[in-house]
Amino acid sequence: MTFQAILFYLFGAVLVAAGLAVITVKNAVHAAMFLVLAFFTAAGIWLLLYAEFLAITLILVYVGAVMVLFLFVVMMLDINFAKLREGFWRYLPVAATVAIVMVVEMALLLTSKSFGLATTAAAPAADVSNVKSLGRVLYTEYLLPFELASVVLLIAIIAAIALTLRTRKETKYQNMGEQVRVKAADRLKIVKVKSEVDEAPAASATSAGEGSKS
Amino acid sequence: MLETIAAANQTVINVLNSTLGPVAGPAAKTLLNIVLVLVPLLLTVLYYQLVERWVIGWIQVRRGPNRVTIFNIPFLRGWGQPIADALKLLTKEQIIPQGSDKALFLLAPVVAVAPAMGVWAVIPFAPDWVVSNVDAGLLVVLAMTSMGVYGIILAGWASNSKYAFLGAMRSAAQVVSYEIAMGFALIGPLLAAQSMNLSTMVAKQGGNYGFFEWFFIPLFPLFVIYFIAGLAETNRHPFDVAEGESELVAGFHVEYSGMTFAVFFLAEYANMILIAALASILFLGGWLSPFDFAVLRDIPGVQWLTYAGIHWFLAKMCIFLFLFLWVRASYPRYRYDQLMRLGWKIFIPITIVWLLVVAAMTLEPFASAPIINLWFGK
Repeated sequence: MTFQAILFYLFGAVLVAAGLAVITVKNAVHAAMFLVLAFFTAAGIWLLLYAEFLAITLILVYVGAVMVLFLFVVMMLDINFAKLREGFWRYLPVAATVAIVMVVEMALLLTSKSFGLATTAAAPAADVSNVKSLGRVLYTEYLLPFELASVVLLIAIIAAIALTLRTRKETKYQNMGEQVRVKAADRLKIVKVKSEVDEAPAASATSAGEGSKS
Repeated sequence: MLETIAAANQTVINVLNSTLGPVAGPAAKTLLNIVLVLVPLLLTVLYYQLVERWVIGWIQVRRGPNRVTIFNIPFLRGWGQPIADALKLLTKEQIIPQGSDKALFLLAPVVAVAPAMGVWAVIPFAPDWVVSNVDAGLLVVLAMTSMGVYGIILAGWASNSKYAFLGAMRSAAQVVSYEIAMGFALIGPLLAAQSMNLSTMVAKQGGNYGFFEWFFIPLFPLFVIYFIAGLAETNRHPFDVAEGESELVAGFHVEYSGMTFAVFFLAEYANMILIAALASILFLGGWLSPFDFAVLRDIPGVQWLTYAGIHWFLAKMCIFLFLFLWVRASYPRYRYDQLMRLGWKIFIPITIVWLLVVAAMTLEPFASAPIINLWFGK
């Protein structure tokens, strides 16, 4: 067994274990962290397939951005686990059927000849850049699907904002423009006040200096 | 100088290969390289925080640490301070708060420090002085730096403390929003150099006109935004709302004591040094000399000024590291909504517009125009 094969089985075992842990651990934050581990090991497997660009992008996008926001939300959830587990036995037959169908479909897909998964691609030459070849394919052959996908994403962003955007009356906002434009003269008014001078009688002028000191 | 180091390096490789064999030899060399990068890095972290206290003391017209000396040498006043601090932190008790998630509480500092150290694998210090010269170097840097936020979020959540949790929430929102501006700012040098390999990006900034060839001139808005976003990414002043001593006590690491706290500290400072290194590589020409003009290369007296080398790289890093401290001593903390506005409404639009400008400059009628061909005509 080559070193790469050992690495593959190691990553595969960790990936499957992490995937199982995601759906079995009780704590939602722990589950999210196991999902991060699963992404990491998946990236490792992709690296073994010489897909370094995809592997790094998987970490950058899913681990670095998506899972951070996910964790952000999960931490603030108040989950009642007893209530969640209530319907477990009732829904088990339906869920099991769906699971079996999915497993069969995946098995059919992986074993079918039309996907060419039986043969592995040869290792690319050392000077072939993953990024360059991927970019070339994306922006020439698959330009239209690529742009369509980005438009779909844009629509999703706008829809998500439109659905959740509502101005609440009780929330207080600062008007930044006003704050930036503010001048010292708007906030502070310096009034010149004449200092009060003790109008001492001329007769006791000599003792006035001492009197003001005390 | 460079030739002797390269020769010594080759000797080490030969000795390791002949004694350990073809598999273990290169592995041992890589391990040696990692040690050669990480030990100076850790020493820099140790002494950078001493310099930080000195510089801030100097700006605020007071003395910094000046008591702990090494072997009682008067000249080295204060130099023993980082060692004393490290020893103090090492010997302190580890307190794990009741009701905290123990596993994640202890995992959090590890998660914070691992990417901060790991990313140095792709940073080139001089021509061929890099642990791993990968083609997608810039992507590795982005991926690694984007993971630093996990340490903060996990620490905040696992502590089971409201202060820590608030700090973590603020930090997560801040890091995620500034990462976009930072990523866009990094695309500028990528477009200009037409490569993601950090060594190639530095090489593309070389030429006959010294520092006029560097990318900070055509990419000036991106350069400024990269540095400010770097301040926000590392949760440094004036964007340190995640720590916010005056409101959140110490933010996400309020419950950490002793060595676990020291590890967070280490990660933060390693990340600052990384931002300085990346800014030097991407915008200030890395190890290239600022005086590398074609006319100076043949004049005997000033020839040495034009030589490239790690000393220029370190000097450029020092400029940024000083800027970090200067900003910290000069500006008050940003309010949270101001911080979000700066990130989303000012930085991201500016970077997008300037990326279009850069993309236009790389295209033909402009790329070979008189001045623009300095940077893009290669």
